[in-house]
Amino acid sequence: MTAVPVTKAAYVRRPLGGRLRVSTAWLGAAPFLVYTGLFLFLPTVLVAVGAFSGPHGPTLANLAQLSQPYVVSAFLNSLVLSAVSASIGAVVGAVLAYTVASGSPDGILRRLVTAFCGVLSQFGGVTLAFAFIATIGTEGFIVIWLQQHGITFYPNGVWLFSLTGLTLIYTYFEIPLMVIVFMPALDGIRPQWREATETLGGGTWHYWRHVAGPLLMPAFLGAWLLLFANAFSAYATAAALLDIGGIIVPLQISRALSSEVGLDQANFAAALALGMVVIVAIITVLYARLQRRSARWLPR
Amino acid sequence: MVNRRRSRRLAAFKTVVYVVLGLFFLLPIAAMVEFATRGVGISSPRSLTAFTSIGSDPELVDAITASLELAAITSVGMLALLLPTMIWIRLRVPQMVRPVELVCLTPLTIPAIVLVVGFAPIYNWIEINVSDSILMLAFAYLILVLPYCYRALDAGLSAVDLRTLSEAARSLGASWGTVIWRIIVPNMSSAVSNACLLCVAVVLGEFTVANLLNFENLQVAISILGTGNARDSIALAVLSLVFVFFFLLVLSFLGRALSRRRGGAAKA
Amino acid sequence: MGALDTRPIGASWGGSRSAAEVRLENLRRVYGSTIALDGLHITIQPGELVALLGPSGCGKTTALRLVAGLEDAEGGRVVIDGRDVTHLPTSRRDSGMVFQAYSLFPHMTARENVAFGLRMRKVAVAERRRRAGEMLELVGLSTQADRYAHQLSGGQQQRVALARALAIRPSVLLLDEPLSALDARVRSQLRDEIRRVQREVGITTLFVTHDQEEALAIADRVGVMRAGRLEQMGTPTSIYSQPATPFVAEFVGLTNRLAGVVTGGAVDVRGIRLPLIASDTPDGPAVALVRPEAVSLAPALEGFNGPLSGTVIAVSFLGAVSRLTVDLGDITVLVQVPTADATAHPGGSRVRIALRQDPVLITRDSSQGRP
Repeated sequence: MTAVPVTKAAYVRRPLGGRLRVSTAWLGAAPFLVYTGLFLFLPTVLVAVGAFSGPHGPTLANLAQLSQPYVVSAFLNSLVLSAVSASIGAVVGAVLAYTVASGSPDGILRRLVTAFCGVLSQFGGVTLAFAFIATIGTEGFIVIWLQQHGITFYPNGVWLFSLTGLTLIYTYFEIPLMVIVFMPALDGIRPQWREATETLGGGTWHYWRHVAGPLLMPAFLGAWLLLFANAFSAYATAAALLDIGGIIVPLQISRALSSEVGLDQANFAAALALGMVVIVAIITVLYARLQRRSARWLPR
Repeated sequence: MVNRRRSRRLAAFKTVVYVVLGLFFLLPIAAMVEFATRGVGISSPRSLTAFTSIGSDPELVDAITASLELAAITSVGMLALLLPTMIWIRLRVPQMVRPVELVCLTPLTIPAIVLVVGFAPIYNWIEINVSDSILMLAFAYLILVLPYCYRALDAGLSAVDLRTLSEAARSLGASWGTVIWRIIVPNMSSAVSNACLLCVAVVLGEFTVANLLNFENLQVAISILGTGNARDSIALAVLSLVFVFFFLLVLSFLGRALSRRRGGAAKA
Repeated sequence: MGALDTRPIGASWGGSRSAAEVRLENLRRVYGSTIALDGLHITIQPGELVALLGPSGCGKTTALRLVAGLEDAEGGRVVIDGRDVTHLPTSRRDSGMVFQAYSLFPHMTARENVAFGLRMRKVAVAERRRRAGEMLELVGLSTQADRYAHQLSGGQQQRVALARALAIRPSVLLLDEPLSALDARVRSQLRDEIRRVQREVGITTLFVTHDQEEALAIADRVGVMRAGRLEQMGTPTSIYSQPATPFVAEFVGLTNRLAGVVTGGAVDVRGIRLPLIASDTPDGPAVALVRPEAVSLAPALEGFNGPLSGTVIAVSFLGAVSRLTVDLGDITVLVQVPTADATAHPGGSRVRIALRQDPVLITRDSSQGRP
């Protein structure tokens, strides 16, 4: 170990003791704090403030507007859309995750599927909407192919550009997201539990009913919540697919923001945004509680 | 006997799942390629004109360039902001680790569609007082990528013995800058490349903020194009998808090759 | 020690039910191109504890899992209490198993874990609780009944696992290296616990381990395995002092390899003539396998440097005995003597070794193994 010469320079480089050291250290995190303060904290505050602002000062008028039937119906649509796509995504995703997890942990299939899921869950909403238009749009690949075989794909009218179509498209990124979020829980299931159940006289059904099921339930529910929040917050796909009309909340927000009627609508957008934040915040808290229980039982 | 029968049933089940879901996920992508290569009439031969015409549309080229530049700027900016901060607080201000983590994960709770409402007045100000270039979006994008990049970098940092390495380097006379850039970062190269990868994927796929702040990035351009010319817009969508995939592959191989060359202490 | 217990099983089991005989008949197990078990044939007497001992990969765990039904054999039969269970699924084989680690259900308390098998057998709630309580008391954990797995130490977890396996009163108890994941101190305590419980309950038991000290301490009989085959099956004493093959001699306990020549039914080692276990061994060069405790020490004679003279180069104090490494010039020899005698020969002193006249095993394999 080379001796450090005791020069003035060395002294300068040594950390200063006591109080002074702590304040220097905090300074190190300053750039980050300033940045997030400006671009994360500030916008959030602006949303909260805007929701309660009116042309003549603080007001509850914006929030009152939330009770209008078309707004309520937008929230309901959003909630239903999220719940349905989250449910389908959760179930199908869980099945796919189980299939992948039961293979070899280093196998190429597993790595491929995991990578694929990673990309798909980040799939740009616009691209996704167009992909489905190309598949089952009015001139889509499947529609035309079926037509050539005498089958009409849309006997009762085109449903792709409606809430139903949106739900289907949402599952396209919900399923991969489920795989990514749920897989760690499945990996935490030890083979000894299955074997122990068998030696104690339990068959497959008993195993799922009494052991694996209860153990995976918190993780499954937590993942469902995550999928729900994800679908609830999604905007791009709906924007690319539907008119700016606004049958779901994100579309309402965008309509309010791009309206030329001025400040009033901006505050209404803020009120809508606040509503969304409240809902997602509740979900996040529930998710965190479920995560803790699951992590205790299923070690990584 | 019993166990063999069970493993056979499982294998059959797995095959069915992979085939059905494989079709579900690959069909739309295949359909996009099919759509983009269609000729003008029903019986026209396939052509790649949709792809080639992209280069000749200045608006598109601008949008593509802008998105690529944004991806680069955001990646660099993210690394410059997050990495030193994360390393610093772990070494010197451990009580800040949890709060910073919370802050970084907040964008998951406050989705883009909500944030953009708050961004609007801020960007109005930026447009007037700083610049109206689309590259200003980088500020917002940095926030959007925070949760994903934080997780990736955190995984890499936990695999590195931060305290020991930095104390060893410091005792040999290294400055903090040297410690960070020449000691720690090389030992988490795959985490760093993962984080950059995520940045690029998110930025190239971002639509919400750009659209509602009236900027024309790649996804917005595709959307605008789509209202008039479905075929060409889908061609562009395919290209962007291919590009991201390709980029993902390159970056992930790069990351693994770098960590292997350096003896990969951290398998992030 | 080692007496076979065939009396009806004790009070913990409520009622007279005699222990079961377990037979592994010519079991064969193949993984792809690897033969894990090559015709294993073992009979475990009712109430007996047989330990399967061997290095990793020798097939001992495979054998256990075949008895449990967790894997299927390519050939052979498993017979429990006169019933051919080879084609029965695990859940119908009436066996109880204790795994190496992690087998307790994390979302259940110790009591619920122990009662689980009874629940599978549709025993009523009250009765389940009672029997689970009994079992926990048998393993000394009745105060921890309402704790969860992560609140229990490794040793406690394994005791709960034992109680759980026994709660269903199986015909055979299977233990897959249950002590390997535990600290050394806990290991020996728990080892004695397991033996006590097994004796009290009188259940036929198969115990798998790679630790030869464990196997010798706990079992009525030990089966030493290598590469899918049984090398020797016998009481701990006979395995140790009359090893049937060089592998057994070297795997169980320590062995010195001393080069010598076989002539006329005995082997000449460095000037000493030792009797052979197999007196009909043909003449020729051979390596004698001698236990450290069969070597004794005396101070060296002044100026005498024969093949039995050497220098003590290392001394390991092991409590009641000490192990000395003696350099005889061409080889080193391990000697084990009571510590009191070892003090006369500290490191660096010149000594003379002598070999006790026990029958030894020889091997023709002169490649360097462990000393």
